[in-house]
Amino acid sequence: MSINIKFRNLIKKYDENTVIHNLSVDIREGEFFTLLGPSGCGKTTLLRMAAGFNSIEGGEVLFDNIRVNELPPNKRNIGMVFQNYAIFPHLSVKDNIAFGLKNRKVPKEEIPALVAEIMDIVQITQYANRLPEKLSGGQQQRVALARAIVIQPDVLLMDEPLSNLDAKLRVELRNAIKEIQKKIGITTLYVTHDQEEAMAVSNRIAVMNMGVIQHVGTPKNIYQRPSNLFVSTFIGRSNIIEGFIDEDGVLDLMEFRIDKLNLKAPYKGKVIVSIRPEEFVFSTIGISGIIQRSMFLGLNTHYFILLKNGELIETIQESSVDDILVEGSEVHLEVKREKINVFDAESKNNILAGVINDIAVEDVCDN
Amino acid sequence: MRQLKRRPDIWSTITTTLLGLYFLFLIYPLISMLSSSFQKTGTDSFSLYYFARFFGKKYYLSSLLNSFKVTLAVTFISILIGVPLAYLSTIYRIKGSTSVQVLILISSVSPPFIGAYSWILLLGRNGTITNFFKNFLHIQIPDIYGFSGIVLVLSLQLFPLIYMYCLGAMHNIDRSLLEAAESMGCTGIKKMFTVTLPLILPTLLAGALLVFMRALSDFGTPMLIGEGYRTIPVLIFTEFISEVGGDSGFAAAISVIVVVIATLIFFLQKLVSEKLSFTMNAMQTIESKKTHGVKSLVIHFFIYVVTAIALLPRIYVIYTSFLGTKGQSFTNEFSLGSYYTAFGKLGRSINATLFLGLCSIAIIVIVAVLISYLTVRKPSKVTATLDTFSMFPFIVPGSVLGIAMLSAFSKQPLMLGGTSLILIIAFSIRRLPYTIRSSSATLRQISPSVEEASISLGATSFKTFFVITLPMMASGIIAGAILSWINILSELSTSIILYTNRTKTMSVAIYTEIIRGNYGVAAALSSLLTVFTIVSLIIFFKVSGSKEISM
Repeated sequence: MSINIKFRNLIKKYDENTVIHNLSVDIREGEFFTLLGPSGCGKTTLLRMAAGFNSIEGGEVLFDNIRVNELPPNKRNIGMVFQNYAIFPHLSVKDNIAFGLKNRKVPKEEIPALVAEIMDIVQITQYANRLPEKLSGGQQQRVALARAIVIQPDVLLMDEPLSNLDAKLRVELRNAIKEIQKKIGITTLYVTHDQEEAMAVSNRIAVMNMGVIQHVGTPKNIYQRPSNLFVSTFIGRSNIIEGFIDEDGVLDLMEFRIDKLNLKAPYKGKVIVSIRPEEFVFSTIGISGIIQRSMFLGLNTHYFILLKNGELIETIQESSVDDILVEGSEVHLEVKREKINVFDAESKNNILAGVINDIAVEDVCDN
Repeated sequence: MRQLKRRPDIWSTITTTLLGLYFLFLIYPLISMLSSSFQKTGTDSFSLYYFARFFGKKYYLSSLLNSFKVTLAVTFISILIGVPLAYLSTIYRIKGSTSVQVLILISSVSPPFIGAYSWILLLGRNGTITNFFKNFLHIQIPDIYGFSGIVLVLSLQLFPLIYMYCLGAMHNIDRSLLEAAESMGCTGIKKMFTVTLPLILPTLLAGALLVFMRALSDFGTPMLIGEGYRTIPVLIFTEFISEVGGDSGFAAAISVIVVVIATLIFFLQKLVSEKLSFTMNAMQTIESKKTHGVKSLVIHFFIYVVTAIALLPRIYVIYTSFLGTKGQSFTNEFSLGSYYTAFGKLGRSINATLFLGLCSIAIIVIVAVLISYLTVRKPSKVTATLDTFSMFPFIVPGSVLGIAMLSAFSKQPLMLGGTSLILIIAFSIRRLPYTIRSSSATLRQISPSVEEASISLGATSFKTFFVITLPMMASGIIAGAILSWINILSELSTSIILYTNRTKTMSVAIYTEIIRGNYGVAAALSSLLTVFTIVSLIIFFKVSGSKEISM
């Protein structure tokens, strides 16, 4: 039994300091929705407003179109997973999982079966009678996940659940989370600052910065057509080069001319171009630069190239059997013109066609 | 649209109630004492008579000066013994260091006046050691009474506080800090003075303040061993109690002066330590080194001798409790006579101690849990005020609190003078801070998200408190309660003012028996008190699972 969540014109203030300004976004029924952003961007604050642990200074939170602003957290039918696991240390694994069921007055005789079933799903059956301190971080987080979903909540709220784990466990557990979420089809609101993790698990991602949602879209969409410069640099690596578009719509990029740009609307003036390392192609023409350093990483080889304007850019080339280009040699770089992104130098918004931003219409400040 | 009516928050009701209780039982008595200090007994107009009298007469001012001399000397000597002891036993591997730690702790947790009494038996005019020197070596050793005696007793009683504080701080120093110093060529004595000691300085200051306050407010020791050497608590007590020439208004005025001085010192220390403060948390604690030869011998000798001297009075009291008595002196035969008398004549005081103590502990546990929850989980200006009130006993000496309570509650409508209740309230107020600090420390280590997890799983905030928070705090609460309990056992300065025959605690009984010269009974009761204390300590170590204790 899943629901949709709507945030409508939400405002969060700590004293006089506004951390979330008039934020609106919709989370669809059954989807895995991630809030992604640098620390302090307000993503956890927003999640805790949905949970009911943070007060709301303006706007509404709607669960299936019902306002829940005044509903205390224990009445919202949510399942929550915390960064530090928040397992009850004095209760066994089994009792931790049964805790929510007991609060819901689930008949006593039904509880063991429900607990056993969920422990099987998250693969912690063998630890049922252990105390949490005897478990590793990854196992504890599995318990926390089981505890949150066994009560069949309307929404699953996860606050950076993997950031206390080591890299290998992080990957393993995020796959498990995605799989379980898909299996039970629960609406999930997930918070992380790790963009790779966000891309791996989400149906859609909301990229946040300074309390404002910048872009809401699928991982592919956000990566390939970021709505603005911030999103472009926050998701993946980007080389930023200044350029100019003339009246014919031709982009001048360090004296290298790129035409046939798919502009959303006719444009003339200064722009900022974002080119990902894999979007450069070594060629005989194009932007010229000197190789400063190279880094062989097996599958790919990274080159750091100094441009004439003094900027150092990074490119990624598939490693070839030939020798690695030597440092100090001059190269020319062409770009994959259908992949690069071009932003207005003033507003920093993407001026190319193809940006899909699901953000509520009134919030888009597009020029 | 679902709308929920906002119920009045149960926690704000609790806060208000606790504030009310503090106003009634702490602030009101203090104000009442303050007002009686500005009012000459028998009149009801404002008067500075008592203050003029205090500052006008050399007799009174000299008591103040005496108090300062004693307090400063005690603090200084305690640091001089406590710091090296803690330093050496952390840096070097000492044989039996755990036993040393426990023994020093035991030496510190009984009432100071028992130490004073025991030292009189050892070094007094007719003391065992004095006589030994006189009869066998024909040496007259210097007099123990007066200034030197008070300083000796209080220093030995209070250096363990410095020792334990510094031991804790040394434990928090990460090994890498000292290794970093060594890698930069700073070793040995230089390392100690430029790295190690500065790192423990904030803790040392906190410990020194505690020693200062205890030495300043101690009443029993100067009363027994001071003879003519009058300190402020003695002055307050005699002015308050004595039927001839005593004046409770004057006692109140002196109390006010003491509280003002204590407050100034407290804020001075706070100011200094805030400038110095930093937090440390050792990933790897200092590893103690093995020593050899003369160095090892000297270090061990120092540590063992200090421990032995600190324990000597306790052991001697226990020894004498098993001696027969003849009038005021002990005979050379062993006897359980003192214990028969103690249980027979003074069995009531054992009961009174247990009754008053347990009632106080029950109140302390409830109030401390609530206050620590409020101050840690619901921080606001109101709960901060509550926290400040709860720490008041730190700067209000016991005898002052006793006088304040009597001056407030020996008249209608709240006639509590002479009841058990007034003692229970006084004990609770005075010993609450131990349990509050210990519970708060535990609670701070519990992440709020554990409670939020419980609420998100459908439990109300009140249910969460009982089912999740309280069980997780349990070890901290119990450890704190035991500390409060140990300190109630040794409490004298408040109860000596508030007790009646029905509410005579063991400490008071021991004190009065010593004054009357019934040394045997006093020794027997003291030994019992020591046993109670040691048993409590053992339980404390079992519960808290630590070797350290903070008083």
